[in-house]
Amino acid sequence: MVVKSKSRRQFLKFIVSSLSAVGALFAFWPFVKSMQPGKKAQSTSSPIAVDIKGLLPNQKIAVTWQGMPIYIIKRTENQIAELEKKEPYPRDPDSLYSKQPQNSSNDFRSLNKDIFVVVAICTHLGCSPTYKPEQASVDKDWAGGFFCACHGSKFDLAGRVYKQVPAPTNLMVPPYYFPNKDTIVIGADKAGDERYV
Amino acid sequence: MSKLGDWLEQRLPIAGFLRKNLKEYYVHSSINFWYAMGAIAFVMLAVQVISGIFLLMYYVPTTEQAFSSIQYMMREIPYGWLIRYLHVVGASFFFIAIYLHMFRALLYGSYKNPREFLWMSGVVIYILMIAIAYTGYVLPWGQMSYWATRVIISFLTVIPYVGDGLAQWLQGDFVVSSVTLSRFFAFHIVAFPLVIFLFIGIHIVALHVVGSNNPEGVTVNAHKKPAKNLRKKVIPFYPYVISKDLFVVFVALALFLGVVFYAPTFYGFFLEHINQVPANPMVTPSHIHPVWYLSPFYAILRAVPDKLLGVIFMFLSLVILFFLPWLDKSPVKSMRYKGRLSRGSLCVFILSVIMLGYYGMVPATDTHLFWTRIFTVLYFGHFVLMPIYTRIETCKQPPELN
Repeated sequence: MVVKSKSRRQFLKFIVSSLSAVGALFAFWPFVKSMQPGKKAQSTSSPIAVDIKGLLPNQKIAVTWQGMPIYIIKRTENQIAELEKKEPYPRDPDSLYSKQPQNSSNDFRSLNKDIFVVVAICTHLGCSPTYKPEQASVDKDWAGGFFCACHGSKFDLAGRVYKQVPAPTNLMVPPYYFPNKDTIVIGADKAGDERYV
Repeated sequence: MSKLGDWLEQRLPIAGFLRKNLKEYYVHSSINFWYAMGAIAFVMLAVQVISGIFLLMYYVPTTEQAFSSIQYMMREIPYGWLIRYLHVVGASFFFIAIYLHMFRALLYGSYKNPREFLWMSGVVIYILMIAIAYTGYVLPWGQMSYWATRVIISFLTVIPYVGDGLAQWLQGDFVVSSVTLSRFFAFHIVAFPLVIFLFIGIHIVALHVVGSNNPEGVTVNAHKKPAKNLRKKVIPFYPYVISKDLFVVFVALALFLGVVFYAPTFYGFFLEHINQVPANPMVTPSHIHPVWYLSPFYAILRAVPDKLLGVIFMFLSLVILFFLPWLDKSPVKSMRYKGRLSRGSLCVFILSVIMLGYYGMVPATDTHLFWTRIFTVLYFGHFVLMPIYTRIETCKQPPELN
């Protein structure tokens, strides 16, 4: 009988301790969830409209969407031609592992060939890359693009990452559309589309 | 003792506790200057707690007011500058004391059997110090505060599948924002300090269980009064060691206050110039780097040309410290009796930590990266090759206690 009561005690110990552990995990859950982005953070993610009437080639407009810096740039004819060559970008030339809306999944990663919209956050560790459109402005082979001074990552004018730099993927392209010729809406694919990414 | 004292002592034996742990705690008389670093660290902890409480009275943890509330305190509150500089310089001095304390452990084998747990609890305290220093660095909300937070939270995004969600969960927003600032404030002033106090308690209890090591590496029974012929070799902590510690603490405090009064930013090493600019989420400073005490790890991160591997190696450089007691296969504890290979490797290790610290603070040019990689290899080589070189070298015979 002694043996029997011992195993009974062990069973009770096991039940009490394992149920307490489960209970503790459940009790912990509200605290874990409370740290997630709240309503206020989500509300600032609604789409924004930007006037791009005066934007000239090689110029940049910087705006904030979802608290992130967004660059809107205009590419020149030469720069567009340069982007059609894919050879120097072996890491992700077709943007298969990078984030962009479905309608921007092309060689220019944009709706129009000239206007390019990009989230200016380096995919390495979150610094803001600098827009360097001039040739040879970073090194002698530089064809224009974005350069992150923090850890030396380089991207072309479609935000595609160059080889031998720490950033793993291309710069993110946000969803956007043109309600008319001179305006761009960032944060939605089409009018009335309120979802955020 | 007075009647009241006796009454209290029977109910709460403070005097007995102090006697047992100070007057009847025995150490070897060979312990030297290096053994006072723990005492300095303890005093610096007190400085941080006291100056921190007074900073709390004026600091406002919101993105709108964080920067200006500190500037207001430093310019308009009587002695506000002193309190802030005590806290800033105190953090650096705390790390100086801890680095010397850790070097002492490496030098005299204080991590070896039976002090493995003592060493590991110390590594936990060191990692908690890094966490406290980092969360505290965010609070002034300068350019470096903001961008350091961005970069460090981005470390989480290397984790496959859940990384992005985890980073959003930690910062409580889609980017680093006011929400992030207030929760880092909570971590810095409440959560992490509570845990570090717990581990400091564990560290001291663990020390008093196994007793202090010494440069000669001889085994001393910390709780047994030494025999008459050993009284010159084995001495009680109080009053002999404590008076030596106090002297070193006063010298350290003089140096500390010298820096606080005459060079509080220490030429940008303790308080970076760029952090005197309010945070701007649209513009990354052209050159960002951590404070000197975290610089070696940042250098290791940059040395690896791959995002995931870079973060892994950076964390490994800390985690590997936990395994030190089992990597060292030497039959002796102290460097005084270890062979040439161990001594050489320790020198190379210290040099590589210093050089990594230097390369972590300068821009990542190709030449700098080349040397950073060399010193990263040497850093890990010290630990990885330790089981080999501690086995094959010839050691001197350490003395016995007699």
